[in-house]
Amino acid sequence: MEKVIEITGLTKKYRQLTAVNNLTLNVYKGDVFGFLGPNGAGKSTTIRMLLSLIKPTSGSVKLFGSELQTHREAVLRRVGAIVEKPDFYGYLTAYANLEIFGKLAGADVSRKHILETLELVGLDKRYNSKVKTFSHGMKQRLGIAQTLLHDPELIILDEPTTGLDPQGMKDVRDLILYLSKERNKTVFLSSHILHEVELIANRMIIINKGSTIIEGSVSELLNASKVRVTIEVNDIETASAIIKKSEFAASLEAITQNCLQLFLERSAIAQVNKLLVTGGVQVFSLIPANSLEEYFLKLTEGVAA
Amino acid sequence: MISLVYLELYKIFKKWRTYISFAAVIGFGLILQIVMVYEGDHYLEMITNGLENMFVLSGNFFNGYMVAYMILGALIVHVPFLVTLVTGDMFAGEATGGTYRLLLIRPVSRLKISTAKFIAGFIYTCAIIIALIAISLGLGLILFGRGELLIPYQGITVFAKNDILWRFACSYGYAIIAMMTVASLSMLFSTMVENSIGPIAGTMAVIIVFIILSSIDIGVLRSIRPYLFTTYTMKYQLFFANEIDFTEIWKSIAILVTHITVFTGSALFIIVKKDILS
Repeated sequence: MEKVIEITGLTKKYRQLTAVNNLTLNVYKGDVFGFLGPNGAGKSTTIRMLLSLIKPTSGSVKLFGSELQTHREAVLRRVGAIVEKPDFYGYLTAYANLEIFGKLAGADVSRKHILETLELVGLDKRYNSKVKTFSHGMKQRLGIAQTLLHDPELIILDEPTTGLDPQGMKDVRDLILYLSKERNKTVFLSSHILHEVELIANRMIIINKGSTIIEGSVSELLNASKVRVTIEVNDIETASAIIKKSEFAASLEAITQNCLQLFLERSAIAQVNKLLVTGGVQVFSLIPANSLEEYFLKLTEGVAA
Repeated sequence: MISLVYLELYKIFKKWRTYISFAAVIGFGLILQIVMVYEGDHYLEMITNGLENMFVLSGNFFNGYMVAYMILGALIVHVPFLVTLVTGDMFAGEATGGTYRLLLIRPVSRLKISTAKFIAGFIYTCAIIIALIAISLGLGLILFGRGELLIPYQGITVFAKNDILWRFACSYGYAIIAMMTVASLSMLFSTMVENSIGPIAGTMAVIIVFIILSSIDIGVLRSIRPYLFTTYTMKYQLFFANEIDFTEIWKSIAILVTHITVFTGSALFIIVKKDILS
């Protein structure tokens, strides 16, 4: 499969501080790649190196198989990106901003194309408004519009839903999925919102303090991880007795008035359910906690410790 | 490159602060022209004070050329501030506004983008001087007509009316080079910081300190004077000497151009090498 991003041994040091430490990752064509980490993990520094805003201390970045340092202009022509918050020329209109950044990217800056792109992000009616009158959410959407204007193959989005309301977040997620599925874009999505990555990414990496903690497909990582499950039953005494006698006794974390809480492998959830039902217990609900969040916190806490 | 320069000019002329400079030049120029309408004769008497006792002065000395010369001298010392108001913002404004990031991830080299900014900054500088020409010489000739030019520089010199225009043309050309030196210094400072107040204040501070150092005529300060670019910024007056010292003019131009080259080269080097953290 074609590698769109190939980062090898990437390191960035600022005097005593190592912002990114020997990072290696690959993003393949068609991926929606989640780049996860807590605040200060080194995500934005990595993205800045990916876009040649920052020079690495060591390591290499290849985009579309070409070294970024030596083929900068050729590869950036195929990339659209938002780095951190999308800032524009506030004294210019949305249309004029897109025209400027589009021209610099070699995009089609015809009125029709710009308005179509603005329509895609729901800003076509505000095309003639100065950006300084825009809300943060509108600037985020304008940011996405400028990444799309020159029809890039790779879209790099740095925390694109930060500051958006729930509807705005959903709109951006839907847009990313549309771009990936309908327009065959490869998306590199940096986020500290785990649920977001869980919903839209197919592969991901988790970094902390500049180093890789784990990398793989989202489904593999989720299946490999343990989940905190709350089980609501009709008879708590019988249910807890069944669990205590079973192989899942060690997984039992808490017993409340009518709920059991267990920390289980994802694959064991169905077995526990079957065990309770065959033991004559009625199971009203079985609610797993946000698995990736649990997993993420566990991993990053582990590194922090 | 032309389209890059066009985009930079578009940004410059869409900012309201750009028009402060033009408003200031045109406003001050208009005020001085109006003052000349009412006080021109008095001004002429002041600069020819006592000459009437020694010479017979015949001709139209109060004319557009005299007014233009007076306004040029009065305004040129303030133009550096008006130039830096915009050029000091050229790079730092992008950092402050956060647009550096969007700008420098385009498939265009940093060198090209920065060079376009410098060219646009120089074009803006020329535009300020052109506004100065229009309001001083253009309006002066319309209001007061043509005539001989009486200059109180290195004594009193009188130029015939057909011997004046080219001197103004050369002076304005020289002023453009001098102001480009100021513009390039402010753009150099602009590449180093992330707010535009710093480059504006920094450039003005350098100019004021250099002018003070240039004006103190003692020992060590006298020896460093030739190395301060401010020593050469007012040399446009050389074109209004009876016998023009072209050697001195060419030397001054060479020194100013050297400063422009060093300031511009340093700024481009900084931009190409720097990590964009804003």
